[in-house]
Amino acid sequence: MNTKSLWTNERTRGLIFQVLLVVGIAVFIAFIISNTITNLEKAGLASGYSFLGDTASFDINQRLIEYSSTSTYGRAIIVGGLNTIVIAILGILAATVIGFIAGILRLSKNYLISRLVTIYVEFVRNVPVLLQIIFWWVILLSLPKVRNSLSIGDSIFLNNRGIRLPSANFSEGSVLVFLVFFGVLITLYFIKRWSHKRQEKTGKIFPFGFTALGLIIFLPALTFLLTDQPIDFNVPTRGRFNLKGGFNVTPELVALWLALSTYTAAFISEIVRSGILSVSSGQREAASALGLKPSLTMRKIILPQALRVIIPPLTSQYLNLTKNSSLAVAIGYQDIVSIGDTVLNQSGQALEVISIFMIFYLTLSLITSAFMNWYNKRIELVER
Amino acid sequence: MTIDNNSNNDKANQNIKPPPANTVGIIGWIRKNLLGGWVNTLLTLISIYILWLVLPPLFDWALLNADFSGSSGKECTTNGACWAWLDQRINQFFYGFYPPDSYWRVNLSLILLLPALAYILFENLPYSTYGRWFALSYPIISAVLLLGGVGLEGVTTDKFGGFMLNLVAGLAGIILSLPIGVVLALGRRSKLPLIRVFSIAFIEIIRGVPLITLLFVAVIIVQLFLPPGVSLDQLIRVMIMITIFASAYMAEVIRGGLQAIPNGQYEAAQAVGLGYWRSMRLVILPQALKISIPGIVNTFIGLFKDTTLVIIIGLFDILGQARLLQTNPDWMGKVDHETFLLAALFFFIICFSMSRYSINLEKRLDTTNK
Repeated sequence: MNTKSLWTNERTRGLIFQVLLVVGIAVFIAFIISNTITNLEKAGLASGYSFLGDTASFDINQRLIEYSSTSTYGRAIIVGGLNTIVIAILGILAATVIGFIAGILRLSKNYLISRLVTIYVEFVRNVPVLLQIIFWWVILLSLPKVRNSLSIGDSIFLNNRGIRLPSANFSEGSVLVFLVFFGVLITLYFIKRWSHKRQEKTGKIFPFGFTALGLIIFLPALTFLLTDQPIDFNVPTRGRFNLKGGFNVTPELVALWLALSTYTAAFISEIVRSGILSVSSGQREAASALGLKPSLTMRKIILPQALRVIIPPLTSQYLNLTKNSSLAVAIGYQDIVSIGDTVLNQSGQALEVISIFMIFYLTLSLITSAFMNWYNKRIELVER
Repeated sequence: MTIDNNSNNDKANQNIKPPPANTVGIIGWIRKNLLGGWVNTLLTLISIYILWLVLPPLFDWALLNADFSGSSGKECTTNGACWAWLDQRINQFFYGFYPPDSYWRVNLSLILLLPALAYILFENLPYSTYGRWFALSYPIISAVLLLGGVGLEGVTTDKFGGFMLNLVAGLAGIILSLPIGVVLALGRRSKLPLIRVFSIAFIEIIRGVPLITLLFVAVIIVQLFLPPGVSLDQLIRVMIMITIFASAYMAEVIRGGLQAIPNGQYEAAQAVGLGYWRSMRLVILPQALKISIPGIVNTFIGLFKDTTLVIIIGLFDILGQARLLQTNPDWMGKVDHETFLLAALFFFIICFSMSRYSINLEKRLDTTNK
């Protein structure tokens, strides 16, 4: 075989291409590594992750786990990672609620409300999210000083150091209240099953919503009163110079949460809208021919079918929100990127810190998409 | 037996009454769209309340009570908006620190963008061969215009700023990422396993991490990767990272386009004896790229908004200019809302019109395919 026939043979040509690619990448990586080693030696930096055990001498004001300025860099980064997860969960919850409401309202026959929601959606999604984050942050920082806090019903206070909310103190008896609460939830699950069965047999509809609401509020409240009110709410009050009691939410968290949830909600509303439009109008007509109310049609007929179209793009919006939460570094909310940046500046271990960022976000992406795939499978249309 | 349809219809027509006055015209529209049912009425009332709450104060603030002149924030004494800064600062919002006597170079390269885009997007323009060559050489022309050389005074990239920086970074990202995205998309669908694995890994890793981590890589790490003594301009490093980021997203958009091409097209290209590259270039890609345009435009909108992230690594784009003015002692505390509003409007106008264009295009392409 001469060289020409090697080239015209599809298999060998494919092999040559792949070998070239691998060699190219290998050479590129070797080049980078050798440069990096020389550069690191020149700068006198050691590589490796052992710096994670060194003491981080900075403070973090929002922490879910024990942390002080004598803790290690590794612990600081874990605190940051947890803070990222906090903002991601808060943002996803709010964005989902706002997004679904906005998406449904945009399809409303009411001309005014659908136009208003359209204006919100179009404005918010065409303006950079970073601009919105900084905007909310500046607004919150320009609130009155602590001494002149604005208050909502004298229990929630707004000032330039954030929002102070009532906190709850749980004493011993409170366990019982929670037990009753979970007991009610379990009972409700069985009531639901029973009422479903009865409806299929007899056609009688059990007023499940009202019963559930009544039981969930009434029984735990009754236990609460009977057991000497074991949970007491620490409502903040105005002191002379400062607010006393309650717990404080930083303006950074609030700004990030507001911006991320409204921004993502605008995208979610579009997804919800197109999902609902994708359900054929015959379904709606059939439902109203059966005499279902519009609200019931939406809940039982349209949304379950629309969800199949909605879930996959919704997943990527959740991921976008999580990734966008890294913009926290611009306003100083102490998420993983923000804390990692501090660690990086103190220790100089740039490669290691940035690799931690990437692994963290890649893991979150994988977990979210795995969960969503599982959910997607569950609600998938089962055809024969 | 025959039924005389015509006479029946005539009789019926004589008896038809006009619809009740409250179901047609403006009143009918209001009853149907605003007041049909109590939920609807409630929504209308809430909307009117929101409008009443927002619009008059906004109008008062932005125009009626606003200050339009003055040389510092202290001269803005009304409780309305302070627009006095527009006069001296608007140029910095747009051009950053670019030398004022060279503003025409920025303007010219923006104006030249329009014919370049037109020749790419539309097929039936006069002189289309020259036009295509012009469009292809546009990046070089504008780079020369902006950076200097060939008789023009040199301008270093640290002078770039304001909205122009957003435009330059966004456009460069999108133009450079398109060919890389095509290659990655083809790689992801390739039959050669190593090439496929490499493409998938690249695309998924880049899409899995936030842009800000890539920008950190650009600022801190790229310097480590280069041979000692070699250094790259910061803006160029940032643009490389933005391009890499955009090309991963672009690859997914184009992959969608490739998947939408029916298998018959691939087989037909093979049947007329075209090899892989020629069948891609002459048959598949022209069709795939055409149906990917809406997705490409959407990617561009996202990328364009993301260019504001450069302020985190210390470049002063339009948002950076707004922050500079907000923290300037002369204007502190007076221009927060105004500067944000202006920056937001710049983005809104461009992104909104692009998204309308992409929706239109999507509709047009949709009908041709049916």
